[in-house]
Amino acid sequence: MALRGNWMYENNGGTCVAIAGADYCVIAADTRLSVGYSIYTRDYSKICKLADKCVMASSGFQGDLKALQKNLAAKHLIYQHQHNKQMSCPAMAQLLSNTLYYKRFFPYYTFNILGGLDSDEKGCVFTYDAVGSYERVGYSAHGTGAGLIIPVLDNQLKSPSPLLLPAKDAVTPLSEMEAVDLVKDVFASATERDIYTGDKVEILVINASGIRQELMELRKD
Amino acid sequence: MFRNQYDTDVTTWSPAGRLFQVEYAMEAVKQGAAAVGLRSTSHVVLATVNKAASDLSSHQRKVFKIDDHIGVAIAGLTADGRVLSRYLRNECINHSFVYESPLPVSRLVVRLADKAQVCTQRSWKRPYGVGLLVAGLDETGAHLYYNCPSGNYFEYQAFAIGSRSQAAKTFMERRFEAFNGYSRDELIKDALFAIKETLQGEKLTSSICTVAVVGIGEPFHMLDQKIIQEVIDSIEIKEDDAAAATAAADQAPMQEEDKSSEAAPMDI
Repeated sequence: MALRGNWMYENNGGTCVAIAGADYCVIAADTRLSVGYSIYTRDYSKICKLADKCVMASSGFQGDLKALQKNLAAKHLIYQHQHNKQMSCPAMAQLLSNTLYYKRFFPYYTFNILGGLDSDEKGCVFTYDAVGSYERVGYSAHGTGAGLIIPVLDNQLKSPSPLLLPAKDAVTPLSEMEAVDLVKDVFASATERDIYTGDKVEILVINASGIRQELMELRKD
Repeated sequence: MFRNQYDTDVTTWSPAGRLFQVEYAMEAVKQGAAAVGLRSTSHVVLATVNKAASDLSSHQRKVFKIDDHIGVAIAGLTADGRVLSRYLRNECINHSFVYESPLPVSRLVVRLADKAQVCTQRSWKRPYGVGLLVAGLDETGAHLYYNCPSGNYFEYQAFAIGSRSQAAKTFMERRFEAFNGYSRDELIKDALFAIKETLQGEKLTSSICTVAVVGIGEPFHMLDQKIIQEVIDSIEIKEDDAAAATAAADQAPMQEEDKSSEAAPMDI
């Protein structure tokens, strides 16, 4: 595959964030779709509900994201036919990793975060690179605004010492309300300085009672 | 019978122009446990009799959801039915992926029929030993098709396949003209009536039958056993009363009308 620069891909900008709690998970992404210095639309969802308790948000090339979402939805349907139940979040995480690596030599240009509840109803967040390398973490951010957001999340959410043994559970002790407020704060801050982030932020909260959606306005400039 | 000379291969014609292997495959369908399908303008109902191999084993699955808008009931070699259901599911998923819309039922049954035809024209294959009642809803309305091992398919208002299906067919032949106007619940009741006919005296309970519905605003799903039992009970009340009425030389029609208004609360 002869690649002259990135001409088969486009970066549509935007940021996505996820935080895992003891019994909930917050996933958020802004709704701006851009190319270069132009805005294509202010109202584009980068979040996709893959299963009952599993949601994916991605930044990068939205064309590839659409194809990836359809691919996973079809695979999930086959799984449901075979097993008579929905895929768990960790199972979907592995499936996403395999799907991404399948295109190792012509990757999906998407930087994904998977969030949901694991089989013990605890919050989980999985963070990926473009070719499927993934890790379960307590929080994550990807996209053009990630560089502005991750230091703040580290400050607020990182466990006291990464050297503490045995490795502690990475989920935050924050309550659901506090986590949602934190997400709103970091998006507002990222919007100030990142030109690709803004318009609205779509926040999904997954907990035992289901998935709740919230939209918050951001600066439009 | 004397047809043994020409029945070794599916690729051998008999002098009378028949393919015996294909006909034998259709025999396999006739030996399977009964399945019936009924259609109105807005709903399609499938009902099957579930035979268990023994008291210790579970019942065989004869109804499969193919997509939100399509389901099938099978009679014959259930293993073949399972494999074909997987094929049908894949076709629906692939179509949805490319066209972002549900696969029309008529196209699905054509693909299934073509797949069955292939097996009637290859010397290294055998025909599928299963008949499928395909129930589905698409833009053109509600449909019920029957796909047989020969590769033929027909659309029906109502049909029954499997053992003792003739009894169900006779029952439905008397009433099918009214089916288009039936409500969802009347359709389910008649489906269970038809299944009852195939049992020829055996007691109808919800544990030996499966009922599935698809309709406008209602994705394909199988009905809960409790609900099926309620409908069966209401059928039985109606019949017992009618029998008592004729025995006592009372006016049977009036009694039945009372019972049907009683049965209305069963509407789910």
